[in-house]
Amino acid sequence: MMVLRALLARPWIWSFIGALLVWLAAISFTGGYGAGGMITAALSLAVFMVIVGIGQMFVITLGPGNVDLSLPANIGLASAVAMKVMGGSDAMILVGLVAALTSGMAVGMANYLLIRALRIPPIIATLSSSFIVHSIDIAYGRGLQIKPPPAFADFTNIQFLGIPILAICGVVFAFLAGIALQRMIYGRSVLAIGQNMRAAWLAGIPVERIRFLTYTLSGALGGINGALLAGYFRGASVDIGNEYLLSSIAVVVIGGTSVAGGKANVPGIWGAALFLVLLLTMLNTFGVSAGIRLLLTGLIIVGVITAAGGQKALR
Amino acid sequence: MSEGSPVIVKLDGVERHFGAVRALDGVDFAVGAGECIGLVGHNGAGKSTLMHILAGTGSPDRGTIAVRGAPETDYSVARAQALGIRCVFQELSLCPNLTVAENTHISHASLRGPGWRKRSAALIRAKLDEIFPGHGIEPSDVVGDLAIGQRQMVEVARAFTVTDQPLHLVILDEPTSSLDAHTAGQLLAFVGRARAEGVSTILISHVLGEVLSTANRIVVMRDGRVVASDAASAFNRDRLVATMGGARQHDRDPAAAARTRGATPVKVRARPRGQPGSAELVAHQGEIIGLAGLAGHGQTRLLLYIYGAATRRRPGIEVTDPVALVAGDRQTDGIFPLWSIAENIGIRSLAALRRGLLLSSEREQALAREWQQKIGIRTPDLDNNILSLSGGNQQKVLFARALGSDARIILMDDPMRGVDIGTKLEVYDLVRAEARKGRTFLWYTTEMDELENCDHVYVFRNGRIVADLGHDELSEEKVIQSSFEESAA
Repeated sequence: MMVLRALLARPWIWSFIGALLVWLAAISFTGGYGAGGMITAALSLAVFMVIVGIGQMFVITLGPGNVDLSLPANIGLASAVAMKVMGGSDAMILVGLVAALTSGMAVGMANYLLIRALRIPPIIATLSSSFIVHSIDIAYGRGLQIKPPPAFADFTNIQFLGIPILAICGVVFAFLAGIALQRMIYGRSVLAIGQNMRAAWLAGIPVERIRFLTYTLSGALGGINGALLAGYFRGASVDIGNEYLLSSIAVVVIGGTSVAGGKANVPGIWGAALFLVLLLTMLNTFGVSAGIRLLLTGLIIVGVITAAGGQKALR
Repeated sequence: MSEGSPVIVKLDGVERHFGAVRALDGVDFAVGAGECIGLVGHNGAGKSTLMHILAGTGSPDRGTIAVRGAPETDYSVARAQALGIRCVFQELSLCPNLTVAENTHISHASLRGPGWRKRSAALIRAKLDEIFPGHGIEPSDVVGDLAIGQRQMVEVARAFTVTDQPLHLVILDEPTSSLDAHTAGQLLAFVGRARAEGVSTILISHVLGEVLSTANRIVVMRDGRVVASDAASAFNRDRLVATMGGARQHDRDPAAAARTRGATPVKVRARPRGQPGSAELVAHQGEIIGLAGLAGHGQTRLLLYIYGAATRRRPGIEVTDPVALVAGDRQTDGIFPLWSIAENIGIRSLAALRRGLLLSSEREQALAREWQQKIGIRTPDLDNNILSLSGGNQQKVLFARALGSDARIILMDDPMRGVDIGTKLEVYDLVRAEARKGRTFLWYTTEMDELENCDHVYVFRNGRIVADLGHDELSEEKVIQSSFEESAA
């Protein structure tokens, strides 16, 4: 009972409960058929949302107005860069990953420069840089027909007892991100800046350095995600990252991170990513049309956020 | 209460609990027409909680509220406004992104239709001129651009403006804490004039002198109860302090006067921008340097400039040691509202709280406990949220943050606003003890009592240093004189 109450007091538990309910609804519809496969598929797709979601979480936690809208373009460009550099050769996998990471970091740094040097609000800065990056990607990577190296493609699909290796890596990464958030100077600084930027500066926190690191980190994670997606979907494409604009923000918010900044939650991102993926799976198994699916997804996200907001007000 | 005057508000047996804390423990309180009640007590005595209940922003757990003899069952802010009860809270409540006139309009919904902006501007300008002649505030000024003292003036003036709703009682919670001596005097004089017109006021202040000179009746609170209520003439400073249960004011520290300047190395050398002549602020190691003058005359700006110079070189400033700042405006410059007390203390010392790469929560707790004892933060648990503390205790947390850090130079931006006298005396002692250990303090303050603790005082006017007084030459007359007239630096 005590354990249960302690669990319920954690804001991230709700996203996992939501994911569980959606999964139960889906398998009760199929009569239990494909229950395990559904989880495997959900894990392999959710991990991509988790990677960019964590980057987005650090950015959003910097405080009101901070958001990285350049992620989809960033992911698209990085996927093309990774495929071109790897060139289908197993020997070049590591180099390709580093190239994708560098491409992502460059986008992140460019975002920060726009925000800092030109004093553009982050939402506008990342949106406009997203157009530029997107154009570069179209010029650079359109019609790219390079397949990922076989070993890389395999890596994104290997499973261990039905659990994708990539998902295990994702859990380890989320754990490390949680440590960085709560137990390292970097995370504490992000949380402080999100609550009150001026007070953070006056408390001796190097505010601009931390913001620079955070936008660069978000960009870097977008870059890695682009490379992994290209491996998973067997090739790069310009719009491979499109769905990660909304989902990266949705997993952060559903996961219990405050949009107002200063309060973040890493485990919730995993729960929210699973919830979103399983929700789509459930609606697919119900056989509803694409229109209804989008409508229901939207309504359910609104419902979850309202419920989570209500929780906060009660405390 | 003066006999025969009709009672405006009467509270009976009011109780209010926050968890295990009894903020109010059966308070009876009444205000008559044309009264000015001085309300005094230590931080956490329950003054602010009681005023929140009067203003309708908080509701009592037990007890009754009656206005003009009629019991109020569904009391709220709107009801209080309709009954002519207004409140100027300690935490400033103007919208910083709006102009002065627009803020006035917010509390006067009847100013609608075309030209509301002009009428709001005229309303607030007239009241500002009436209370604070020579205030220098334009109704078209955006509130966020005003100095904290000017914001306080707008807030006070707005509370006294009248359109369609009546005005019977204004609660002034620490109204003078952000004002300098000159404007504070203007406000207190106005409170006296308002009394003559039948408008009652409740004046909460830690400056006992102004309570004694302004109020006609004084109510003393301690630990959530009213412990004394009597005509102001029946009190003097010593009796008030004794009733509040605080330490007695003691005389200035003779050791401070005995110091000789220049025996220790220079730690800070700063020239305000645009300073004519060769005057500059110099602080030697172990000195307490006062920055005096009227509020908002460039003292805070120079402190922030020095603070910035500690991390990045700036012309005209020389800082040789790590610096920490104790904010005076704790809402905007100080506290992190989502964090615990311990986290708020530890934030300036993160590097020292590490064990390996990770922050150690034991070290954070140890640091917080050490300073809780040294500075007397009143809380059952350091893991409680910072907002569970009263204003004065939050201020102590900011002191603990700065003094617990590795900083050798401490900048204080008028940090004692709204802090009770007992706490002040404790902090003065602590500051002097830390200075003897070799820390250097730069202390901006608008209170004469605090300047007495300083080894050397620089008086500011219009952003420049206009006087440079040693401890022996320091007197209230000199500070006021140089604040008002341009003298040779």
